[in-house]
This record gives sequence, structure tokens and C-alpha cells, in this order.
Amino acid sequence: MEHRNANESSLVTVVINGETRQAMTEPRTLLAYFIRENLGMTGTHVGCDTTSCGACTVLMDGVPVKSCTVLAVQADHHALMTVEGLESIGGLHPLQQAFWDNHGLQCGFCTPGMLMTSTALLRDHPEPTETEVRHAISGNLCRCTGYVNIVKAIVNASQKMASEPAEV
Amino acid sequence: MAMEATESRPLGKAIKRKEDPRFIRRQGRYLDDIVLPGMLYMALARSPYAHARIKNIRLDEAYKVLGVKAILTGADLEKMNLSWMPTLAGDRQMVLATGKVLFQYQEVAAVVAETRAAAEDAVQRIEVDYQPLDAVVDPYAAMKPDAPLLREDREQKDNHIFHWEVGDREGTENTLASSPIVVKEFIRMPRVHPAPVEPCGCIADYQKSTGKMTWYVTSQAPHAHRTVLAMVSGLPEHMIHVISPDIGGGFGNKVPVYPGYVCSIVLSLQLGRPVKWIETRTENIATTNFARDYHMTAEIGATEEGIVTGLKVITIADHGAFDAAADPSKFPAGLFSIVTGSYNFPIAFAEVDGVYTNKAPGGVAYRCSFRVTEASFLIERVMNTLALRLNLDPVELRRRNFIQPDQFPYQSPLGWTYDSGNYDLTLDKALELVGYEKLREEQAERRARGELVGIGISTFTEIVGAGPSNTFDILGIKMFDSCEIRIHPTGKAIARLGARHQGQGHETTFAQVIAEELGLTTADVLIEEGDTDTAPYGLGTYASRSTPTAGGAAALAARRIRQKAIQIAAHLLEVSADDVEWNGEKFVTKGLESRGVGMGEVALAAYTNLPQGMEPGLEATYYYDPPNLTFPNGAYIAVVSIDRGTGQVAVERFVAVDDCGTVINPMVVDGQIHGGLTEGFGIAFMQEIAFDEDGNNLAPNFMEYLVPTAVEAPHWETGRTVTPSPHHPIGAKGVGESPNVGSPAAFVNAVVDALSPYGVTNLEIPLFPWKVWNVLREHGLTL
Repeated sequence: MEHRNANESSLVTVVINGETRQAMTEPRTLLAYFIRENLGMTGTHVGCDTTSCGACTVLMDGVPVKSCTVLAVQADHHALMTVEGLESIGGLHPLQQAFWDNHGLQCGFCTPGMLMTSTALLRDHPEPTETEVRHAISGNLCRCTGYVNIVKAIVNASQKMASEPAEV
Repeated sequence: MAMEATESRPLGKAIKRKEDPRFIRRQGRYLDDIVLPGMLYMALARSPYAHARIKNIRLDEAYKVLGVKAILTGADLEKMNLSWMPTLAGDRQMVLATGKVLFQYQEVAAVVAETRAAAEDAVQRIEVDYQPLDAVVDPYAAMKPDAPLLREDREQKDNHIFHWEVGDREGTENTLASSPIVVKEFIRMPRVHPAPVEPCGCIADYQKSTGKMTWYVTSQAPHAHRTVLAMVSGLPEHMIHVISPDIGGGFGNKVPVYPGYVCSIVLSLQLGRPVKWIETRTENIATTNFARDYHMTAEIGATEEGIVTGLKVITIADHGAFDAAADPSKFPAGLFSIVTGSYNFPIAFAEVDGVYTNKAPGGVAYRCSFRVTEASFLIERVMNTLALRLNLDPVELRRRNFIQPDQFPYQSPLGWTYDSGNYDLTLDKALELVGYEKLREEQAERRARGELVGIGISTFTEIVGAGPSNTFDILGIKMFDSCEIRIHPTGKAIARLGARHQGQGHETTFAQVIAEELGLTTADVLIEEGDTDTAPYGLGTYASRSTPTAGGAAALAARRIRQKAIQIAAHLLEVSADDVEWNGEKFVTKGLESRGVGMGEVALAAYTNLPQGMEPGLEATYYYDPPNLTFPNGAYIAVVSIDRGTGQVAVERFVAVDDCGTVINPMVVDGQIHGGLTEGFGIAFMQEIAFDEDGNNLAPNFMEYLVPTAVEAPHWETGRTVTPSPHHPIGAKGVGESPNVGSPAAFVNAVVDALSPYGVTNLEIPLFPWKVWNVLREHGLTL
């Protein structure tokens, strides 16, 4: 008997960074791989297989999720935001700018996940304390920076965003 | 505040990193981001047993999975004489197991298929019959005469790998015998794993039409990997193109060659299609090179006044199933002989015996210059024991024994020539920053209230920048590094180096070095690394060697550019070259500063208006063979308190004063120190790859192998002294590893200090709360 590759593929439709995208995928496909391989957006990284490292963090309906632990089919007809959606025509997102200004990254592999988690944090808590920032990003591992400058960057971005509210 | 890359005279300035704009967007290009036309995916079947005979492997069911193109086993590789590969340590390692497996998760078969999922499906359907054998997990048990023989392939019929020793055994033993004070301590550095957030992987892309192999690989040493591949595969080296793309952290993990690399290369050669292999996190932690697993017994002799007289160190090193250590060839125990540290030991002896066990092979230098972490941890811990024995403040003991500034260059009893240092100055700065005297007063008050509060000191000396060609090689290749600079007609430059950064910031810092030498800005200099078809040969980035070696090459290549440029400048200034000098920004006529030409004008002239007879162009290459290693050092002070209810240790303060010589970019240096301290914290308190008695790996992923998050990571207070290296072209020493090397002992010394009133002198890392709680309970200190 011939083994089949799990079950039949189905069409998954997502609104990602404001754009509607569709692709056929197997039911078992993880959202992280759907984003990276089916949609070709490689900013979202995979660093573990146990939902521990957070490099794959994206926003699903505005909520940070580890996309390695969400099935692509669960995201069907949901809104996603990835690191690719942060920069606007007007330029870098204040968080991107603050990570650059404050040396908030070294190898850069964890950075997209850090940026997405902190985007949600600052939306819900525009003026977080350092302790709140540290707790918010505790699901995102960084092996290079010791978190010092990541925390500094997020606090710095929050201050800038407070003084220059985004045009919405 | 960080500065822009357009800043002039950039050396020593906090220039914002040039690599960041791509990483904060989506434009980093890591290995798994690369997709080639017709690419196949590979997955590996692995052993569930730590030690077992392979009776039979059945592949029929696996081949039935749609999309499977080929499956390799050890038997297939044996026919090609590739079932074993050489290790950097002169041992050999199974690529795919033949006969028996020697560690849990060992590679048994490789499947290549049209999709990642199909390859994984097929792996699940490979059936292997194993006959389990007794596993050897403890390195001391491995050395017993009746221990099961692990490596039946060797002529030598025991589990001993090597014996290495240095120094004067008899003299040291005599000295210890006649010393009024001798302290002895057993210090274990358990097995840990570097675990960068990006795992290892590669794409082998063999084009049958051209005969060219393009190998994309997460490599900290792409040129060395090209040469190894040429030696192992027989492919001509000029037909191998190694590309090390953006790397998501390395920390030593991405130095060795792994079985998965060899399998993907073999499969690409067979099929003529690109083959991608990316590890899972579990595969990364469970199979690629670990670090440490050093079991050390040390004795220090001293006078009643606390002047050290001698040091003796006996070590058992657990290398796992194969000796896959990534050390320079002549150094089976790495640079462990830096173990005399910052202290003026008149005599010393150290020996290391390597043994096999049924664990993953290794080990690598994890954010460490070849076993320097083990050596520094040992000496800083045992000096702490000596201070306790003498009832002397650990600061005072260190001061009495520091190598003094006028002793440099200092000849250590174990054979190193330390380049420079001012240990009292560095320590003074740390004591001042932390407010040491007041801290000790506060500690006394808090102790009186029943609190467990400790202060730990570590004043370490590192040895980095391997290394000089008379001593250092890997597989015979000397450990120089290189830089090639080309100045374009419009005065902009491209520079390529043999190093390969993984987050260290070379695209900025080496641009600063070159820009400073040439009167350009950081923005004017594009740095490229990691492509063996374009970059000059170099040995790569690990062991804090980039700045000492490639950084030296960058400065000297730039000075070579200036040698030609001064001739052109003289031509432009219409004077003799003897009358022209470089004032740090431009070429000027001696005694007439106002008459000068900058590098931009000289560059244009190099292509448009040359002195008669001069060869056109303006470029230079420098292969830098460093005359010595560099010896960064630091003084670290940890302040901790222990929760008597839980055994949880809180790091209340940590002051790190580093002396890494000339600083190229203080922002980058601080970033390196923050990261290294956090890894040192993880090693002291959280990280351990433990095994059960059957050799099952108990921490093969981030659920069990705990690395610090932003919540556990302490706040770091940093400071600096600058004692330049006298032999390095710009006086720099390297810094990436100092904090990881120096900090574990400071943490442990602090916890021991908290408990020393109750007779505790030694604690085994990692200091999990349960372990500390057990010690509290033994001493009646729990709540």
C-alpha cells in the first residue's frame, strides 16, 4: 500500500499585512512554514520545535502567537501581521528605528519575533516599565544581547511613540 | 548616543551598525531563507539508544512515501569510503552508523525527498532493529578496566582518548608538599550546549554540467570548511564555493563539520539537485557539538601570608562518542594552560585525560577561546577557596598575587607570554563602581538580620586571537587571517575578510578600522565576509580571534594602501614622497598642513592621473600572522542573595570591568559584554545537558535546557580600562568571550560567600534552586 502525505491539501486564505493571500496547504502545515514557504515571507524565523524561542512570533488578529504552534488552517480567514508589515511608506516603525539606534540586535535572528511581541505590547501598554517589558518579551529568546539593549530599545520606542503619535 | 556611519575619524566611536537595516526589516538572508530551483529536503533518522548494535535496517516502507528520492545508510556510505569522517581533533566520527550506535540521537539514515514533510514522514517509516548495550555515561566509569569498550574501531582497546600535560609535575608536587597552606577543590563544569537561536544547516548544490559544488552552510569558518570538503570528498577545491550567509548566532556551535552536512553533499552529488538540510532544535542540542564536560581537581599551595607557591590541576575531559573537539591541532585540551590566570605562580602543572562516553561528540569552545572558560572558572573558584582558608578578603588575596604591570611581557609557568595588563587598575575600577567597602558593611548588617548575602569576585585573564603560525594550525593550516581592500575611483572602498561574523558587528567595526586608517568614514567602506570565491583565505570567527587576527589584517592592508597612496599624493602635490606625511585624515606636505590631498583625490588619481610608470589601481591584501596572542582581562563583582524558602538566588548587582585593549566601537563592545554575561549567568544557574544512566539526553530542547529569558537575565553594570596590546596593529585584544569566561566564577563565588559562614566552600553548577535549597537544608538554613 502506498502512504499518502497526510491528508488532502486545502485552500487557506489570510489577510497578511493588509493583503489577502491564498495558498493550498496540508492540514498539518504549521503557520510558520505556511508564511515562510507558501507565502514566501521569510522574515518570520523558526528556532525551535517546542514553542520556546519565539523567533516565529507573528500577530494573529492583533494577538502575538508563536506561529510554529498554530496550524495554517487555524489561521484561515484571520488577519496576520509579520515583520514585513512594520515598515510603512513613511519609513521605519519606531520600534525598528529604536532597535537600530540602541543596538537592540546582534545576529538578528530573534529580532522579527521581538519586534512583533513588542508591537503588541506597546499597542496595549503604551508606557511600559522596564519590568513590564521584560515580562512581555520573556517568551522570546535572544542568545546575543543579554536583553539589555532590547529592553532599552522598546522603552525608547514607547517614549518616541508617546511624543509623536502615529497618524491613524 | 549612537552616531551615524558618516562620522569622520570613527575609531573608538559608537557608530550605529551598518548590518542592522536589513535585520530589522525582512532582509536578513539566513540559511533556511534560501530556496533554489529543484531543491530537495533531507531529514535524518536517529538512534533512540545511547549504545546498541544495529541488527537490521529496513527501508521498504520509507521508500513508499510519495516524493522520496533516495535514502542513505551507513552501508551505502561505506561503499564510498565515507561512512566515517575525520574530526578536527584527529579522531574520526561516524557519518551514518555502521555496526553500532554510540550516542542517543546518533545519525543512522538520511532521507531526501521533494518536501520537508515527505522526508520526515519517510524517516518515521525507517525500521531499525537494535540490540541495546550497556551505556557508559560517567567519564570516571569509562576509565575503569571493566568498562564496556565503546570504540571497537580503534586499535587501542579502552575508552581513553589522549593524555596531555604541561608544566613541571615533580617540581609542583614538591612545592605543594613543602607549602604551609594547600587547598584542594573538585570543580566540575558540566556539559552545556551553545544553542544559538538559529540551528545548523546547509544546502549542497552540485551542478553536474559545470562540476561545481556550491555549499551554503551555517559556517563560522567557511574557508576551512571548503578545504575540509575538498580533502574528504575529493572534489577539486576551486570547484567548491562555500557561502556562509547571515548566521543566527554561532558561539562555537557552527565551527565543526557535522554528519548532516556530509549526507546532503553526497546526496546532491548523486542526484545533481540542491539538497537542503536544517536541524530541528532537538537535533541541534542533542547531536551537534557540546561544550565543557570538564572534571577538574586542583590544588593551590600558598604561604601563611597568602602568596601562592604552586598550582596542580588534574582533569578528566568527557568528549562523548567521538573526539570531535574543535581545537587547534597541537592543543587537545585547547588553551587550558591559561589556568594560572592573573596570578604570579612560580610553578604549575596541569594534565588532561580525554575519555569516550556514550554521549554526543565534541566539544567546542562555547563563547570561549578553547577551554579558557574551564581554566578561568577553575582558578577563580579555587582562589576563592584559598581566601576562605586564609580568612582573607578575596580582593586582598588577589592583590597579593597579581602579575604586576612591570612584569609584562609576562612569562607564565605553563608557557604563555602575556602581552599586557594592569590588573590592580581594573580591579580598583570595579571596586569603585560597586562600592565595595560599603557593600561589605551592608552585607554584615544584613547577615546580622539573618539574610544570606554574598559578594563574589573574579579577576580573570583570557587568552585569545589564535594564533601565531609557529604554534597554531587546524589540520595543518596556519591560523592567520586576512583582508583585501579595493579603493574605487570615487574614493569608496570594499573590503573582504577571512573571518565570518555571526552578530559581532564586523560590517561596522572593521569598516571603522579601515576608515580610520584611510581617512574615510564607516559609510564609505563596505565589508564582505563569508563567500569563499571572493574573500581571501582565513580561518574564520570563533575564540575571540576576529579582531586580533582579521582586525590586524584590516589595519595592515589599509596601511599597505597608504604606502602606494603616498606616492600618488606626492605626485598630486608635486613634491617628493619624502616630503609628504599622513596626518590622520589626509596626506599633507611636511611643514605645510594647508597643502594636502585626501584619499578621495588619491583614489581618483590612481585610475586617472598616475605618476609615470606606476601600476594603476589602488588595492591591497594582507595576510596577518599575529606575533603573539592577546590577553584580555577583567574584574567582575557579583552581589547575590539567597531565598531561604526556595533556594532561589537573586543577582542583586553585577559589575563588570573589562580591559580588552583599544576599543573600536564602545556600543558594540558593551553589547558583547551584556550577551556574554547573560550566557555566563545561564551557565552558573540554569544550563546543563544532563543524562540518565542509560544515556538518555534529559535536556534536548528549550523546554528542559534552560537558557536565560529577559526575566531571569540580571542587570549589568559595565566599565572599562584600556591597556592596549603592544603587538596588535591597533592595540585591540578581542572581547566577545571575556564576559562568558569570567562571570561564572563570580556568581558561584558570591553564592559560596553567602554560605561560607556556615562552612560551605564549594558548590556544583548549575546552581538550580533545588540544589541550593538542599545545601541550605543540610546546614539548617531553610525556613
